[in-house]
Amino acid sequence: MPIQTFGPSGPTVIGPAALLQAKAITKRFGATLALDALDLDIADGEFFALLGGSGSGKSTLLRIMAGFETPDSGRLLLDGADIAATPPWARPVNMMFQSYALFPHLSVADNVAYGLRRAGVAKAETGARVAAALAMVGLAGFDRRKPHQLSGGQRQRVALARSLVMRPRLLLLDEPLGALDAGLRERTGFELRALQRETGAAFVMVTHDQEEALALADRVAVLDGGRIAQRGAPRAIYERPASRFVARFLGAANVLEGRAADGAFDSAEAGATFTDIPAGTVALALRPERLRILPPGADEPNTAPGTVEDAAFRGDDTLLLIRMAGGALLRVAHAEEDGAPPERGAAVLVAWDADDVVPLAS
Amino acid sequence: MIGRLLVLLPVWAWLLVFVAAPAAILLAIALGEADSGIPPFRLAWSLAGFGMLVEDSYYLDALLTALRIAAMTAGCCLLIAYPMAMGIARAAPGRRVLLLAALMLPFWTGFLLRVGAWIGLLRDEGWINGVLISLGITDAPLPLLYTEGAMLVGMVHAYLPFAVLPLFAALVRLDPTLGEAAADLGARPAVAFVTVTLPATLPAAIAAFLLVFIPAAGEFVIPELMGPPEAQLVGRVLWQEFFQNRDWPVAAALAVALLVLLLVPIRLFQRLEAQS
Repeated sequence: MPIQTFGPSGPTVIGPAALLQAKAITKRFGATLALDALDLDIADGEFFALLGGSGSGKSTLLRIMAGFETPDSGRLLLDGADIAATPPWARPVNMMFQSYALFPHLSVADNVAYGLRRAGVAKAETGARVAAALAMVGLAGFDRRKPHQLSGGQRQRVALARSLVMRPRLLLLDEPLGALDAGLRERTGFELRALQRETGAAFVMVTHDQEEALALADRVAVLDGGRIAQRGAPRAIYERPASRFVARFLGAANVLEGRAADGAFDSAEAGATFTDIPAGTVALALRPERLRILPPGADEPNTAPGTVEDAAFRGDDTLLLIRMAGGALLRVAHAEEDGAPPERGAAVLVAWDADDVVPLAS
Repeated sequence: MIGRLLVLLPVWAWLLVFVAAPAAILLAIALGEADSGIPPFRLAWSLAGFGMLVEDSYYLDALLTALRIAAMTAGCCLLIAYPMAMGIARAAPGRRVLLLAALMLPFWTGFLLRVGAWIGLLRDEGWINGVLISLGITDAPLPLLYTEGAMLVGMVHAYLPFAVLPLFAALVRLDPTLGEAAADLGARPAVAFVTVTLPATLPAAIAAFLLVFIPAAGEFVIPELMGPPEAQLVGRVLWQEFFQNRDWPVAAALAVALLVLLLVPIRLFQRLEAQS
């Protein structure tokens, strides 16, 4: 159902109904512009990832959603009501902190019950909900432990239970897997997704880890310099990055500079000309795993000559650094099933499918 | 092994000469009998000194009054020190150093000088009464000095830094996201303070209380110079017994009793520390 709001320019219809809407949010810290007129919609029940490097503004945006920072300008609408000035304790939004922020003097059960007690929930109901929340994260029977008696993974679950027990419609997660060791991350990631489906709450996760964002989220927004560089489904933005920044940030694509003219793109540094390229293209992206290596002299379209400068075995593939005739250095992931990788110093042809060439507009 | 011994030797020597030996001498005097001579006591295995403490309620009253005043002083210090320590802990690191220096600054002036300054402010012809009279709020000077209030003001002022420092050390270590987590879960700032900040810094608060309470219980100078004449605190009584009545056994017994009374809260605190 569309929501009607009354802005300074009269009534405007926004919709379809989004749970949370950020409208032209700007935030400065001194001379630094952390968020630059940022717009964002979070739908009810979706898993959304804010992906960016340090200083991209992703954490500031999350803290504004939680109420720990107030935007300098712009509006933050929850179910259509502006909550930008609502203090954190009055927002129906909960957050899981990167450091977990468990209360050290309280037991696991008291930590989880903290929010319910503040809300004045009856004692019996509090007990039942705490037990259910702890069971949901697999910590039944840990009620009486203190936080310092738990492992990192267990602490993360307590933090999760403490937020989920409040039954928020919007749960904010600040680098939820950041403090876990590699082995636990994958499993916890799957569990997070299962919890999100089970509770039906919208999850907004901040992360600097592109694999984490792609693996967990329904939609990803890539942030750069306080603006959203691109947003969309993980597969869509991975396969069709819109800018050089997104292409490099997600999956470290090769970005080829050059000039577009008459439907073709001429890249001197790659020593190749690409056809069927739309006007306005400023660069091309080529994924390392979509490039193939052919012996020199092979008779195929869409190839360019180069020399293997270095090679690194990575288990399931070998990463080749190929110096192209025009000077560009391309990363090529050579899969194991394609046979032995070429030696260092070997002359090769780099080949691609026309479909895998992604034109970039900025 | 020898190196370890060399390091510990001064510590043990210090404890022996300045703690164990005086305590033994004090106990010996307390168990002695008063005598006219120099020194004014005779060694004896007599419990007369301690007996006097029990028989004459004067001494017990002095002990209890001292403990009451010390508890009030420590309580007031805690109330003032929490917001101060929180302010310093939340200040930017550069400002923090400045604020801590300001806190310690009074120590650079003499203790008696500070008491003297309070007397100058509070006495009948002092500044406060001067201002009150010139503003027409009162005709005659208010009796400010030589009251229990004046004594408390002086003690709180003298001991406040001892309460601020341990609280500051605990608050500056406290993870600031704990407060945010409390707010996120629905706690207003005052509720967050009572349910999170206060319990998480409770050991430091107890330490701050004791650091004020213990020296305040034996305080002699401030009650003598600023307190009401009828306020017979144990420190004053000790002084009188030693130097005016020259009844060293009773004075020593009183000192031992005070020491034992103060050991109880210290032990309790240590147990609490060990538990947490």
